Amino acid sequence: MEPIIKIKEVTFKYNPEDKPALDKVSLDIMPGEFVAILGHNGSGKSTLAKLINSLLLPTEGQIWVKGMNTQDDDKLWDIRQSAGMVFQNPDNQLVATIVEEDVAFGPENQGVEPLEIRKRVDDALKVVDMYEFRRRPPHLLSGGQKQRIAIAGVLALNSDCIILDEPTAMLDPSGRKEVIETITKLNQDEGKTVILITHFMDEAVKAKRVVVMDDGKIHLQGTPKEVFSNVQRIKSFGLDVPQVTEVAHNLIEQGIPLSKDIISIEELVEALCQ
Amino acid sequence: MLKNLTIGQHYPVDSVIHDLDPRVKIMITMFYIVSLFLINQFLAYILVVAFLGLIIGLSKVPIKMVIRGIRPILVIIAITFFINLLMTPGEIIYELGPFNITREGIRQAGFMAIRLVLLIIGTSMLTLTTSPILLTDGIESLLNPFKKIGLPAHELAMMMTIALRFIPTLMEETEKIMKAQKARGADFESGNLIRRAKSLVPLLVPLFVSAFRRADELAMAMEARCYRGGDHRTRMRALRIIKIDYMAMMIASIYFATVIASRVYF
Repeated sequence: MEPIIKIKEVTFKYNPEDKPALDKVSLDIMPGEFVAILGHNGSGKSTLAKLINSLLLPTEGQIWVKGMNTQDDDKLWDIRQSAGMVFQNPDNQLVATIVEEDVAFGPENQGVEPLEIRKRVDDALKVVDMYEFRRRPPHLLSGGQKQRIAIAGVLALNSDCIILDEPTAMLDPSGRKEVIETITKLNQDEGKTVILITHFMDEAVKAKRVVVMDDGKIHLQGTPKEVFSNVQRIKSFGLDVPQVTEVAHNLIEQGIPLSKDIISIEELVEALCQ
Repeated sequence: MLKNLTIGQHYPVDSVIHDLDPRVKIMITMFYIVSLFLINQFLAYILVVAFLGLIIGLSKVPIKMVIRGIRPILVIIAITFFINLLMTPGEIIYELGPFNITREGIRQAGFMAIRLVLLIIGTSMLTLTTSPILLTDGIESLLNPFKKIGLPAHELAMMMTIALRFIPTLMEETEKIMKAQKARGADFESGNLIRRAKSLVPLLVPLFVSAFRRADELAMAMEARCYRGGDHRTRMRALRIIKIDYMAMMIASIYFATVIASRVYF
């Protein structure tokens, strides 16, 4: 299978004299995959997201989205349609004053027929479970609801791949749960490729693959179990492992024989009860 | 305090007025404004109030909500009232220091105050019953013929939509910053006008900085959603003039004709 997103040796500098925000990064993402990109502030993870969406262009190297090079001006709108993006601040990405009109913004820009837009908007709102809020003004919704509207906006574009740039960073715990459940549903039920940029470990655990970035480079990648079993290394990047893994790690250090790749509470309970 | 600003606030219920084509509503509002300034006798304002009452009644917008829209501009109305009262030359009724109150002044001041109140209520009915997107759609569609002479109709409409979208957000933010500054001992309420104006500086600076940051992020989000100006853009809701719109136009024409008649014949 061809990767849906192919990043090859990409370097990016905001200013020519600066040190690169991304340094020779290569990454392939397969269709239908759920990838979490982890890293603390300034690790280059948001830059990577903007490069995929062609909002920024690589200083060196190439990126292909569904076989289209992001530097190809003719393909710009196809790329942005294929790889939809959700940003961190829910207030600063909603354009319209009514929920359904905001979701319609994307397809309207693409010049889709009115009836088809209506259908896409209704479908998208149902998927994120916000259909009954379709006539509300967004500023009266909670953060989690606003983020789900933003996700619906991307769904209405018919994107195959959804890039979420720290979508839960400004939300309260219940909003975070709503958004993560929606994202998981998109990946499992709708078959969307999901790239989730985050610094919450318990969110990254939900992904099929975790990529850890630091200082513009990819340092670790693999399944959540593989990645989080390297407790010391993860900590050296200024990141935390999920709380359960931390507990398990401490128990192992105290001499209790446990497996190193525990990432969920159920697993720990089961391991301890044996 | 800041939440009272009704202009630009949509009140979403289902009503005949809400369902009217925005272009029709905009045109009626324009004729309504003209009519306010055509009227030259107090009695004719009864007609205006009746017309407005009909619209408010049909729109199902609570009257409280409509009245609230006047509150922020009460000061402006008061200033206009007194300037007109004191500055209009004519038959002197009462002398007040260096100013004279004249018969014409009272008349003029009364007219201006009534006009302003009716103007605000009328225009806020337009925004209360029309979602801002439909409103800008309407304006865009009405301005479209002027595109040929270089008028950026779509861009103007987009700017308005975004401005309207961010009014409540920026209001909330202003209040938040105000509270934050107050918690640190800032004083917005006491002192003379100059002192109070000065105390607004620490409020406006963070507000502007944040507005620019928001603008930057919004622009990026719009680009990410394939926004590329008005060309090739379609709309989910195509504007269509239907029976009810013709009826509204008829009622408005009758109203306007009566206003003109009142000026000509009485």
